[in-house]
Amino acid sequence: MSEPSASARDDLHTQQIRKFWLQDKVFHYTTQLFALVVLAALVGILVSLTIEAWPSIKGFGPSFLWTNIWSVPDDEYGALAAIYGTVVTSVLALLIAVPISFGIAMFLTETCPQWLRRPLGTAIELLAGIPSIVYGIWGLFVFAPLFSEYIQPPLQALLGDVPVIGGWFSGPPIGVGILTASIVLSMMVIPFIASVMRDVFETVPHVLKESAYGVGCTTWEVMRNIVLPYTRVGVIGGIMLGLGRALGETMAVTFVIGNANRINGSLFAPGTSIASTLANEFGEADPGLHIASLFELGLVLFVITFIVLAISRWLISRSMGSEGL
Amino acid sequence: MSDQAIPSGENAALQVRNLNFFYGDFKGLNDVTFDVAHKKVTAFIGPSGCGKSTLLRTFNRMYDLYPGQRAEGNILFHGKNLLDKTQDVNLVRAKIGMVFQKPTPFPMTIYENIAFGVRLYERMSKSAMDDRVEWALKKAALWGEVKDKLQQNGLSLSGGQQQRLCIARAVAVKPEIVLLDEPTSALDPISTAKIEELINELKSDYTIAIVTHNMQQAARISDFTAFMYLGELIEFNETGTIFMRPGKKQTEDYITGRFG
Amino acid sequence: MTLYNSRIWRNRIGISLSMLAMSLGLIALLWILWTLFSKGFAALSWDLFTQDTPAPGTDGGGLRNAIVGSGLILFFSMLISTPIGILAGIYLAEYGRVSKFASFTRFMTDIMLSAPSIVIGLFVYALFVVTTGGFSGWAGSLALALIAIPVVVRTTENMLKLVPTSLREAAFAVGAPRWQVSLKITLRAVKSGVATGVLLAMARITGETAPLLFTALNNQFFSTNMAEPMGNLPVVIYQFALSPYDNWVNLAWGGALLIALVVLAVNIGVRVAFRNKHKR
Repeated sequence: MSEPSASARDDLHTQQIRKFWLQDKVFHYTTQLFALVVLAALVGILVSLTIEAWPSIKGFGPSFLWTNIWSVPDDEYGALAAIYGTVVTSVLALLIAVPISFGIAMFLTETCPQWLRRPLGTAIELLAGIPSIVYGIWGLFVFAPLFSEYIQPPLQALLGDVPVIGGWFSGPPIGVGILTASIVLSMMVIPFIASVMRDVFETVPHVLKESAYGVGCTTWEVMRNIVLPYTRVGVIGGIMLGLGRALGETMAVTFVIGNANRINGSLFAPGTSIASTLANEFGEADPGLHIASLFELGLVLFVITFIVLAISRWLISRSMGSEGL
Repeated sequence: MSDQAIPSGENAALQVRNLNFFYGDFKGLNDVTFDVAHKKVTAFIGPSGCGKSTLLRTFNRMYDLYPGQRAEGNILFHGKNLLDKTQDVNLVRAKIGMVFQKPTPFPMTIYENIAFGVRLYERMSKSAMDDRVEWALKKAALWGEVKDKLQQNGLSLSGGQQQRLCIARAVAVKPEIVLLDEPTSALDPISTAKIEELINELKSDYTIAIVTHNMQQAARISDFTAFMYLGELIEFNETGTIFMRPGKKQTEDYITGRFG
Repeated sequence: MTLYNSRIWRNRIGISLSMLAMSLGLIALLWILWTLFSKGFAALSWDLFTQDTPAPGTDGGGLRNAIVGSGLILFFSMLISTPIGILAGIYLAEYGRVSKFASFTRFMTDIMLSAPSIVIGLFVYALFVVTTGGFSGWAGSLALALIAIPVVVRTTENMLKLVPTSLREAAFAVGAPRWQVSLKITLRAVKSGVATGVLLAMARITGETAPLLFTALNNQFFSTNMAEPMGNLPVVIYQFALSPYDNWVNLAWGGALLIALVVLAVNIGVRVAFRNKHKR
């Protein structure tokens, strides 16, 4: 085989080097450009929503956020009912979801026999994969009727006369409403929170747990006194992630929240959330103040979820080292 | 502080002068000075953490991949300082090859594993490339075992074979120096013996620098040995001299197993 | 009760509660799947795939236009999001440790991962539908792509980070330039993992309804024209489920079953295939 001379090889080398240097620069900038797409989208969302919402922002000012009125014929809009519905359903959903997720994560990391861990973990992840519209129609056609027949009346009978709390369970048991929406929402966020908790629990060094077991601690005590404090930051991050998801959820909530743009003290009453208002009204909204107010609702939702998710990601990445999820 | 032995000037492939190395604030190498002999095997021995791998990785600027690691001093290769910022790193690596402790075949066919590096810097027809691949595999004593399965994935080979593939890959680009970083520590004794035989043959064409934690291996295959401890080059001499009449007490203690 | 006994009891209660929680999760999954299959099964027939969505009040009908429409929208959104996501993931993996900008981008990508999809629909509406004057399949694909991209970015980056440094160093040691190490060695080493990420992103957007509500809208007739409103399963389900017509509700369940089957098939299939490749 013929071999070029040493100096010819050197020349070729230097040529190649220059080519490589250029190629690497192109590579760097191209990949960076594509990475910018996400940032551009985020900025774009903020900008475009603000622009479209401007008539409403200018027209109603900050009182938009705490005014409880939504009248299309009068062109008067206030976000309070929607914000109330969004916040209440999400908080309630978390109240239900957090202990259950904790139980699931604890089961998967401590109690479950080794051979079952993978399939059960997969089952939980499948729950996360089920599209929200499926939760929605299931909630409406299967859960709500059962709820109105078997759960709401007994609850009302039991707690109806208790001062203060009784008021939360008043009203006709129609099945759909704030509480139903919260329950369906909690089913949706449980797999997310459980996943994060499980991942975070698994970062606890084995030696730490083994030393506790070695001293005679029970499983529960290890969870409560070793695992939970060690993973506290990540657990909170996971909870906030669930909150972020719950706040933005549309389909699961729209089907079962009852879609009444008003605030009622009872959990059995229908209400609305920001996302459901958008889903219900945007399609036929009149251009002008109506659409602008809807856009403003969207902007409010985006800002709230953005803040919650930012805090959540920051907490999770702090607890898992620099890896994040 | 270091005993300068035979290599110097023309028959030094690399001339290391006052080399210092830093991991952040931590000094990994302290004022190392010696010559690597041309077309001979130079072994680096010493206890864990003494800096031998660090030293080896300065020769092909591998540390450049990691911000926070930096080298100061001179490593003269054909009269030019390797560590100079203006020196092109890829050019250096094309002439100074490296084989790692863990066999690292590329996720490609055996043929492609070898052709990949060659293609970077040389234009070749298919038949010339076929010849080069065969030549490299023969040099690595692997040709007989893989000549019928060149299109198989490199990962399908056994550990010892994978490492020989990595050696074939390194010599295929016709470097001047081959660096071996504990090449047999992950292999069984039989594969280790084969590779040691290989190194013996390769030195007629290439300068070889090998890091090893196995003193007997260093004694078996190397012409020159450098003993390092805590980032310093304690002693450097012909292998026979180091092992039989070590000049420094520390060297003697290490060789006789008093520590490390 | 002695201290020891009370500790034992507390432990037993704790463990039982955790098992209860797990069972609740499983019951929920099984209940929903059962509902889907029993109600959706009734709608499964050849008609489902050969007939278009029926007009209000008419009998029978199928979901052909919605299925085809969803297929088209999904295809194009994956076409957009896959290269963008993979290249962005490569950027984060290659330069992420070194550059503050890259860390910032990663953080923002994580947030987009869980952002409300209805807001993304609003964004694409404002950007696209208003400016081009109408709803279209393209707008729908764009909205879904924006949801899929962060998923692909994160899974690509995570996969690339799993590649052992020794492999990357070996490639650099031969004198390869960074782009070749990244594409020909690192990416190739994890290409099945990256493909998995793309599939999971697809599963994620298959069921998304909200972003399509204001972008692709819906089309009751069969159409393959992406520049016009495009029929799609999720919006059809949304409209039909809330309607007073029995056959519409029936079709809604059928559509829901179809979507769930695709999502489950991808999720399970990917996990099974991946497990076989990576028996660590």
